[in-house]
Amino acid sequence: MARVQTISTRVRDLTGGLAEFEVEAGSVRALIRELDERWPGLGAVVEDDMAIAIDGEIFQDAFAEPIAHSSEVVLIPKISGG
Amino acid sequence: MKAVVTSADFNLADNESIEAGESATAVRDVALNCLADGKVLYAGHAVAAVAATRPEIADEALELIRVEYEVLPHVIDVDEAMQPDAPLLYDDMITQGVTPAPTRPSNVAKKTVFGRGDVQFAFASAAHVIERTYRTAAVHQGYIEPHACVASYGADGQSTVWCSSQGQFLVRALTAKILNLPLSDLKVIPAEIGGGFGGKTTVYLEPVALALSRKSGRPVRMVMSREEVFHASGPTSGSSIDVKIAADESGRMTAAEMNLRYQAGAFPGSPAHLGAMTAFACYDVENLALNAYDVVSNRPKVAAYRAPGAPMSAFAVESAIDELARELDMDPLELRILNGVRKGSVTVYGAKVHSDGFIDTLKAIRDSDHYKSDVPDGQARGVAAGFWFNIGGESSAAVHVDETGGATVVSSNPDIGGSRASMAMMAAETLGLPIERVRCTVADTTSIGFSGSTGGSRVTFATGMAVTQAAEKVVEDLKRRAAEIWECDAGHVDWRDGAAHCLDPSKDVKPLKLQSLAAKSAKTGGPIAAEVSINAQGAAPGFGVHICDLEIDRETGRTTITRYTAAQDVGRAIHPSYVEGQLQGGVAQGVGWALNEEYIYNMNGVLENAGFLDYRMPVASDLPMIDTILVETAPNPRHPYGAKGVGEVPIVPPLAAVANAVSAIVGKRMTSLPLSPAVVTAAMEQGD
Repeated sequence: MARVQTISTRVRDLTGGLAEFEVEAGSVRALIRELDERWPGLGAVVEDDMAIAIDGEIFQDAFAEPIAHSSEVVLIPKISGG
Repeated sequence: MKAVVTSADFNLADNESIEAGESATAVRDVALNCLADGKVLYAGHAVAAVAATRPEIADEALELIRVEYEVLPHVIDVDEAMQPDAPLLYDDMITQGVTPAPTRPSNVAKKTVFGRGDVQFAFASAAHVIERTYRTAAVHQGYIEPHACVASYGADGQSTVWCSSQGQFLVRALTAKILNLPLSDLKVIPAEIGGGFGGKTTVYLEPVALALSRKSGRPVRMVMSREEVFHASGPTSGSSIDVKIAADESGRMTAAEMNLRYQAGAFPGSPAHLGAMTAFACYDVENLALNAYDVVSNRPKVAAYRAPGAPMSAFAVESAIDELARELDMDPLELRILNGVRKGSVTVYGAKVHSDGFIDTLKAIRDSDHYKSDVPDGQARGVAAGFWFNIGGESSAAVHVDETGGATVVSSNPDIGGSRASMAMMAAETLGLPIERVRCTVADTTSIGFSGSTGGSRVTFATGMAVTQAAEKVVEDLKRRAAEIWECDAGHVDWRDGAAHCLDPSKDVKPLKLQSLAAKSAKTGGPIAAEVSINAQGAAPGFGVHICDLEIDRETGRTTITRYTAAQDVGRAIHPSYVEGQLQGGVAQGVGWALNEEYIYNMNGVLENAGFLDYRMPVASDLPMIDTILVETAPNPRHPYGAKGVGEVPIVPPLAAVANAVSAIVGKRMTSLPLSPAVVTAAMEQGD
């Protein structure tokens, strides 16, 4: 199972304070679905407002990006720029 | 006089947020920033607009509008806005990101927390602790062209807006939502842009002009004066930042704490969280505790400015590191090399560093002629580093081959830094054409697929990737056409040097140049073209390290930069002289931020220096030649030509590079920007 961490207080508010947990998901889409089933509302927060670092590389709005069984996933605020 | 509009003409029911500039922004806030509804939140906040056939008539009409103002208490400074007894901009603003949620409203829109490790333990066992509070002023992007647009609402409901922006699709989305129009009924044509730097990633005029056009039945032109640009368009945040770092005997940083308070202006949305995420992105620090506060006050709503949020936090961190180096009597670059992130380091926000680009950049500066040279008598030298994430995102591009074998690249992004040349170069390289045979144009919203805005240093990376993929599709099509002509298998056709080469040994044929294939295009399937739309992932971050030599006139306090070198980890420079220009431009703006630029308010909360005579930006005669070192040791593996964003990093280091040098001459740590002559003179008189 992929290990998911977050540095976002917004996510921790929805997970009941949990900052680290494990999720069985083969892709970003599956991760979002799984998170929403476990903590209703979290899926939308992650889908709309978060970027996802998979094994250290940042992805934004990338449903199809694969997540390996041993991946480390970090939920972070979306990044933009000037 | 033809029409009057107020916020009553806007759709204020939409609470949707749209990605714009530094973060998602609420459409309703954008609308209310264009025209106030009930409560004016800052001096310069517009309340109504009129359309007339001549400016004089419009002025007269404005005079006839009676606005009854009840003057309320105001707050300008970010620290004052956070006080419990500060005047509130909103009676219902409860700080997000705090658990449990506060029971009372405040001006703090949001708190964002990042952290790892055991900071308290690390500080308790540290050999060295450096701690100070730093402040930066709100500064404007200073684009030469003010905001301007023409809007025409057609009798058939089809509308067109011509405007100067960093994203025609963003202008379309915001304008359509504010006026409750279908996107398909609004066409936005991007005009040539006279500078943006992040400041044109929102709208101020377009919904107003189109609403006036809808009411008047005439095309409407709106142009801001320079004074209006200062009063009503977004600068970047001023900031107040506490930084505390711990280090062991060798200088290795073991922990850091920061509290970052950023002005959002009158609506939430400062880049405080980005300041926190970038603050220690250059350094491998095990224990971190970073708190970022997004704070509203009675100023114009902030807008993005190159590397939003990063220059302020880097000023604090790089000043603290300079102080640590002096306490350790250690070379400031060696201290940074000791602590710098390397391949495999994990940043505080979770991303892993994939190259040694930062260390390579530090070493490039260390080995430069500038750094090896002695500091001239009477001068001082400052060094500082900086980081920016860079992003990818949605982009579209097309490549059309004309009937003579030349090509046109259709880009979806306004060109604010020479991107048309880079797009053409990537297409030319892929097609095997000389660059002179490829031209690039920027299309309107109906002529190319959707694209994110020009910002986040994403265009050469993301749109460049779309251009390259479109050119590759064209090459595949050309190979198919050549195979059709040669009556061979397409797998037996190779494309190189702008021509198809037949690899089938049974065929005795000469290579077919693009020109020949284009001439026969009707016979082989019709026009040769391809369009690609992608969501580019894998934008690699960039690092910069700068050296600044300067001197100070002890009588006037005027600081003169005498020599400046900027090194940057640029991936692969597609157009090296444009990359160099990005570095030089970032330095020039950063030097202005460090030395002179600031919004000055009077006691009534009114901006007093809304013009270039009183808002002092550096001009060419203020700066020496800015030397650059393009470090190309870490090309981005996710881009076909190794490109990564380069436009934002160079504004990050100059604030601290300049301040560190000024501090060395003054003999006192300079913690508040700008370091204007009056400030420097006072510091020299006070001494340490």
